Amino acid sequence: MLDDLGLDSVDALFRHIPEYCRLTRPLDIPKGKSEAEILDFFRAAARDNAPGFTSFLGAGAYQHYRPVHIDTLVSRGEWFTAYTPYQPEISQGTLQSIFEFQTMICQLTGQEVANAGVYDGSTALLEACMMAARVTGRDGLVVARSVHPQYREVLRTLTRSREFPIAEVGYLPSGRLDLDGLRAAVSASTAAVAVQSPNFFGTIEDWEQAAAIAHAAGALLVAVIADPVSLGLLPAPAAADIVAMELQGFGIPVGFGGPYAGILACRETFVRSLPGRLVGEARDAEGRRGFVLTLATREQHIRREKATSNICTNQALCALMASIFMATYGKQGLRELAQQNLAKAAYAAAACRGAGLEVLFPAPRFHEFVVKPRRAPAELEAACARERLIPGLPLGRYYPELEGALLVCATEIIPRAELDRLAAALAA
Amino acid sequence: MPTRASRHIVQNEPLLFEVSSPGKQGCQLPPLDVPAVELAGARAEVPDFPEISELEVIRHFTRLSTWNYGVDTGLYPLGSCTMKYNPRINEAVTRLEGLGDGHPLQSAALARGALRIMDLLAQYLLEITGMEAITLQPAAGAQGELTGILLVREALAARGDARRKVLIPDSAHGTNPATAAIAGYQVENLKSNAAGTVDMASLEKQMTGEVAALMLTNPNTLGIFEQDIHRIADLVHERGGMLYMDGANMNALVGRSRPGDFGVDVMHLNLHKTFSTPHGGGGPGAGPVAVKRELEPYLPIPALTRRNGEPALDYDRPRSIGRVRAFYGNFGMFTRALAYIMANGCDGLKQTTEDAVLNANYLRKKLEGAYALPYPTPSMHEVVFSDAAQAPHGVRTGDVAKRLIDYGFHPYTVSFPLVVRGAMMIEPTESASQAEMDEFVEAMLAIAEEAKTQPELVTGAPHTTKIGRLDEVAAARQPRLRWQPSR
Repeated sequence: MLDDLGLDSVDALFRHIPEYCRLTRPLDIPKGKSEAEILDFFRAAARDNAPGFTSFLGAGAYQHYRPVHIDTLVSRGEWFTAYTPYQPEISQGTLQSIFEFQTMICQLTGQEVANAGVYDGSTALLEACMMAARVTGRDGLVVARSVHPQYREVLRTLTRSREFPIAEVGYLPSGRLDLDGLRAAVSASTAAVAVQSPNFFGTIEDWEQAAAIAHAAGALLVAVIADPVSLGLLPAPAAADIVAMELQGFGIPVGFGGPYAGILACRETFVRSLPGRLVGEARDAEGRRGFVLTLATREQHIRREKATSNICTNQALCALMASIFMATYGKQGLRELAQQNLAKAAYAAAACRGAGLEVLFPAPRFHEFVVKPRRAPAELEAACARERLIPGLPLGRYYPELEGALLVCATEIIPRAELDRLAAALAA
Repeated sequence: MPTRASRHIVQNEPLLFEVSSPGKQGCQLPPLDVPAVELAGARAEVPDFPEISELEVIRHFTRLSTWNYGVDTGLYPLGSCTMKYNPRINEAVTRLEGLGDGHPLQSAALARGALRIMDLLAQYLLEITGMEAITLQPAAGAQGELTGILLVREALAARGDARRKVLIPDSAHGTNPATAAIAGYQVENLKSNAAGTVDMASLEKQMTGEVAALMLTNPNTLGIFEQDIHRIADLVHERGGMLYMDGANMNALVGRSRPGDFGVDVMHLNLHKTFSTPHGGGGPGAGPVAVKRELEPYLPIPALTRRNGEPALDYDRPRSIGRVRAFYGNFGMFTRALAYIMANGCDGLKQTTEDAVLNANYLRKKLEGAYALPYPTPSMHEVVFSDAAQAPHGVRTGDVAKRLIDYGFHPYTVSFPLVVRGAMMIEPTESASQAEMDEFVEAMLAIAEEAKTQPELVTGAPHTTKIGRLDEVAAARQPRLRWQPSR
């Protein structure tokens, strides 16, 4: 090939790079390794990462059973080595699957349109709030303190430069949102009220009450959902104006925090303010049905600085995992799955109470609850680690008033005996 | 005609909802081993949610997959997207027990393996870029850009010199202006010169005390190295601004040139481009941001650090901009990128860069008689042609792209960068063999001939696909964005 180019060496291709820009030494990185050596390195790392422990951690990253064919299917190169479907004639697989995905998200959330994804739940909340600001022409944000603390941190970081005022509303001893506080916090400058259900403590909120308060002030209700599995049983957030949801619970690996996928769903009237990709139905000249990326005039590659968001790469493969998960569990399976989660957490909470522990927040909950263990969190964690148990998330870092309390998540994958073992460990 | 495409059985497949039938389910839960609980106010069902069997799920998604084209299918010269081979070892290590199912909120003592992976990747990326500190948290390139610009904003505010504009060349990715606007800056366009690079006279004039940063892609989206990069950096710095580098094209530099050595203050990397993590039909990606020392205090929390020589997370960074994403970012992309770097090593990484540049120049040489080359400047990892020679026959870049599909190739990037009218942006990557590129060249030359002799063959393409060109205008006018039951 060098001959074809009339060059004596590959260096000639870099000769136009000014000398001071050239790296003249080898990179300080070891020489290339074989697959076997790479596997050894990662296996050793994995062994230092608590494999096989029974974990009661949830808090925005949920362990649900992942049917094995999810990985079988997404490992097909046609799915995972393709990119954004810019050429619809050779991307109908991705496009049809996204159309189905959008449909299932609408069915679950009771909303009219859903986008094909943002990065995760935390950035979904951010995008939903910015969208509410565009729709209402206001900039005030009122956010429940029982929204995932890291989602709220992301919202603060990424709205700072635009100086959106953010007010937070507390929770009641029941674990639910303080509706009187919410009423007092909203005003004629409020763009969005953001409420999570089940909230960070696992407590189930009432969408309609929150919506009524938001709407009375002319604001939009942003419904935050951290585990989509809850929608198998909980009422659809149809009263909300925008739904910002994390999809990880739908067959996306917990994977030390990512990649996950977030979505926004909303009323049809807001569709032109919606960020992210959208797929629509179309016809070819012979009338055959196909699917295309549509309404791209909202997006950065067309609108540049006037776009609804700067998002480009999304989380399509994670959304595909979620689609396969939804199709696999289906109408009956999803409901049964949600029921099992509800029952496991109820049993675990009862076991804790039975062991004489205080379980906070009595309002109805889904698969997480807050409990006060006998020992201080650090001591408890160390003791449990020796028994290959991770008892839950100490809440003091995020809620100083809950110092000493633990957020516990019990999903369908935890057997009864392990729930009993947890209660015993917490009571020790 | 030279072609890689031939006919094959293509299964039709309805929507999930159209194959659904009541009572079917694709998996079974174990029996509930604790008492069932009733929830007051629970929903009855999710209306119209699919009900299909496991085999039907597998056939559905397998059939759909066969309608896609991926890197595994063949050459995917989509410029700017770096569609290189996605090694399977990356996938294997990511799914290991302990990593694939590790929980992000495990205490540091129970996450030493994950921290070691992040630490080693960070170290390698710093060596590759020549930068001084890094965050892995941003979820994709565009989020990396936003993070980087927010860091600039904090650093300038700390200097007592807050500014309101960001300069962006006209050849830039659309994410750059969108990012600057979201970060609260006014975007000012910087024109390119006849060589396709930054016009120093314009920069001299526009780089005022109001400009916080110049966002530059290097090599730029024309595949051209900014030869004046040192003068550009010096000028930006003299005038009190910062140089942001969009690292989308870092695959042209790895092992050969380091942004940290040519004056860049802050940059992002796209792990899904340069470092072989798969594109997944649109994502996920990952967009680490590397900076010089002055910007380090502002990096997102938790910041990677070391305590007693052990990798650790630091939450105590009072000047941090805060979090940009929940947890630590797209960890599953870190494992893949690290596996790629380990597999290549210092020698392989450098050769990868050289092969990518050699391949692009080979295609340039073979195609430059048939297609117009708007900028004669040397090419790095990609080459941008225009449809100027085909347009007189009524054939545009989009038509040539569609016709390439008939020959069995994924098209190049169409109509970008915007500075070239009728752009055809071609990036073969290092993964393309000479034989495959020769087939691609033959196809491109055949299409150039067709454009002259039977232009309607090209403007009506593709002719061999499952569906023809779709009416995108009608689809946007009356959007149908979900399936509805016909009741």
